[in-house]
Amino acid sequence: MTTDVHQLDDGAWVSVNDSREVNVSDLWLLARSDFCGCEPTDFLAEGFVDVSVDHPNIEARMAGRCISCGTEGVTDWLQVGRVIDPESGEFYGIDPESVHFPDKRRRLGRPQE
Amino acid sequence: MPTKVENWKDEVYGNEIRDHLMEFAEQGWESIPEDEQDAWFERFKWWGLYHQRSGQESYFMMRIGTPNGVIEPGQLEVIAEVADEYARGPAENPEFGDAYCDWTTRQSIQLHWIKLEDIPEIFDELESVGLGTQQACGDSWRNIVGCPVAGKDKHEHIDAWPVAEELHETFKGNDEYSNLPRKWKVAVTGCDQGCGQGDINDLAYEPATKEIDGEEQLGFNIRVGGGLSRKEPRFSRSLDVWVPPEQAADIGAGMSALFREHGDRDDRFNARIKFLVDEWGTEKMREVLQDEFMDFELPTAGENMRENYTYNAGGNEHGDHVGVHEQPDGNYYVGLDVLVGRMGVDDVYELAELADEYGSGEVRLTQRQNIIVTDVDSDRLDAFLDEPLLENYSPDPHPFMRGSIACTGTEFCSLSIVETKNRQVRYARWLKENVAVPSGVEDFHIHLSGCTASCAQPQIADISLRGMKTRKDGEPVEALDIGLGGGLGENPHFADWVEMRVAADEVPGYIENLLATFEAERADGQTFREFVAERDEEELQELAEAEETDYEDPYMHNTKMTWYPYVEDDDMQSSPAPTDGEGNSIAPADD
Repeated sequence: MTTDVHQLDDGAWVSVNDSREVNVSDLWLLARSDFCGCEPTDFLAEGFVDVSVDHPNIEARMAGRCISCGTEGVTDWLQVGRVIDPESGEFYGIDPESVHFPDKRRRLGRPQE
Repeated sequence: MPTKVENWKDEVYGNEIRDHLMEFAEQGWESIPEDEQDAWFERFKWWGLYHQRSGQESYFMMRIGTPNGVIEPGQLEVIAEVADEYARGPAENPEFGDAYCDWTTRQSIQLHWIKLEDIPEIFDELESVGLGTQQACGDSWRNIVGCPVAGKDKHEHIDAWPVAEELHETFKGNDEYSNLPRKWKVAVTGCDQGCGQGDINDLAYEPATKEIDGEEQLGFNIRVGGGLSRKEPRFSRSLDVWVPPEQAADIGAGMSALFREHGDRDDRFNARIKFLVDEWGTEKMREVLQDEFMDFELPTAGENMRENYTYNAGGNEHGDHVGVHEQPDGNYYVGLDVLVGRMGVDDVYELAELADEYGSGEVRLTQRQNIIVTDVDSDRLDAFLDEPLLENYSPDPHPFMRGSIACTGTEFCSLSIVETKNRQVRYARWLKENVAVPSGVEDFHIHLSGCTASCAQPQIADISLRGMKTRKDGEPVEALDIGLGGGLGENPHFADWVEMRVAADEVPGYIENLLATFEAERADGQTFREFVAERDEEELQELAEAEETDYEDPYMHNTKMTWYPYVEDDDMQSSPAPTDGEGNSIAPADD
């Protein structure tokens, strides 16, 4: 079974295998992002613009704002959860309040501090 | 590539959804296959049902569309009965009790905590008196709005109520227009005050005169592409078309067919017709409409009446329909202030009785979330005004109570960032007790919207409040962006966003400081909107500081993370949802 993802209700939800899994209005801490000059970016998710699967990761681009500096925009692809076993399709969400690295290449190139 | 929603709509949409809905209702909540929930929830919207947010699974918001806000004699009592019997959830709202009706900014009615299993009975009850939920949500012709006193207004040139009725009859359940790329919002106004709010609708009919065969005729100028959502607000733009009332449905058919064929079905964020107007311009849109969708020559626009528009125009002439107003027939309509548009069910019952006793039994909803009792006999007007119910729903309210609008918010809505209705109630009460009303101000509009969808129409308020987050002492708290100086009128203007991410408990202090500055620095007789308009961005930011006061806000925490923000044990894990048709919890399948 392939993992099926889409956004719903004007971008309010990321739906994974036809189940509403990730909702707007959470704060996401983004480290080493180029979204704004803040480190980390304290990002309020106001809407999901795009969703995709990069097995096993479920990724999204979010519209919103850094609540520290006020920069508005859309993030890079950001992991919002995983579907490890496509056969079961079970979704494992990740905690928005943990630190996230939207740019994976830099994450791999530099050890986490 | 068409969106997933479009694929679902291709499979089942429109009238045929009802049979499936009834079958699911018969078999109960658990009969909806888990992997089909998204598709069915999307489709159920077409029948006025919107699945509530996380933590409230199996419960729905139900929207009843009442064209032009007209609730005919006998209907209000049934609305109260339905709310009383079926819209009682597992928890109580501390301000409004455990059953209530919401009057919306599109002159509709919203009920919450509706169970799927009850829908057949609810539909039967509503339809027995001519009410319905068809197309109240979803991608189709939505509830038609207009001047709420159409046909009973001394300022009108055309009685727009029969036109709104005709549009409602023509396009509700009409398979040709049942599957549009996105919602389709229409306003029809026959009065010269602009209270149909055509400027913020997809399609607007506004009164205009036109010389035809040497005779001046009354009809409508057509505007397209207004709307407030997603930080992309647009005022509708003139299509340079005039139609007589008898051709209103023809132009409605042509324009919505144009939208059906040319609207963007690949990107729902770009689907509203305001974006097609941006892309094409009105000249091309008129040409395509004429060439592809009309079978008569469209007259150019007539002489509009916009210079008379006083509704929400910043002055005190006609900010709303609250108050006592004489109708052309010598009876009176009495506009009652309903704070944030929510009314407890016992009050709805009582109002239905009073409307019967003193008027014709008809009431009407306004786009400012208020309610109007029409046809009150002049001999009985004073007795009606003495009724105790009117102490809470006043025809002469305090300006801060009168001007307050709030959307649904995180209480029920998936999109919202913050709690709204109860907060706005507390704001209004605090402002009333603590803040001096600037001289001459009778009606001060403060609109609170929980997110950028803008259901409370924040951009057209004196003070616009929009849901946000910030940190206070390191902790995330609910916050609001603050905009100033928006409104309609001959020259409508969207609010300028001035203060961003203000902690919600500091907003009343900001408003207090702002209005003190306004009173001290305004020119003689200057309105708040004029005061804002003559200042640049920097000057606006210097007008006032946000600060804590003795206002207390119980909703500073992340209300979206609760299953219901007002209960003692609000943890998501403590939610009784989903429940069965009796309201008993259904254990999750994997437990």
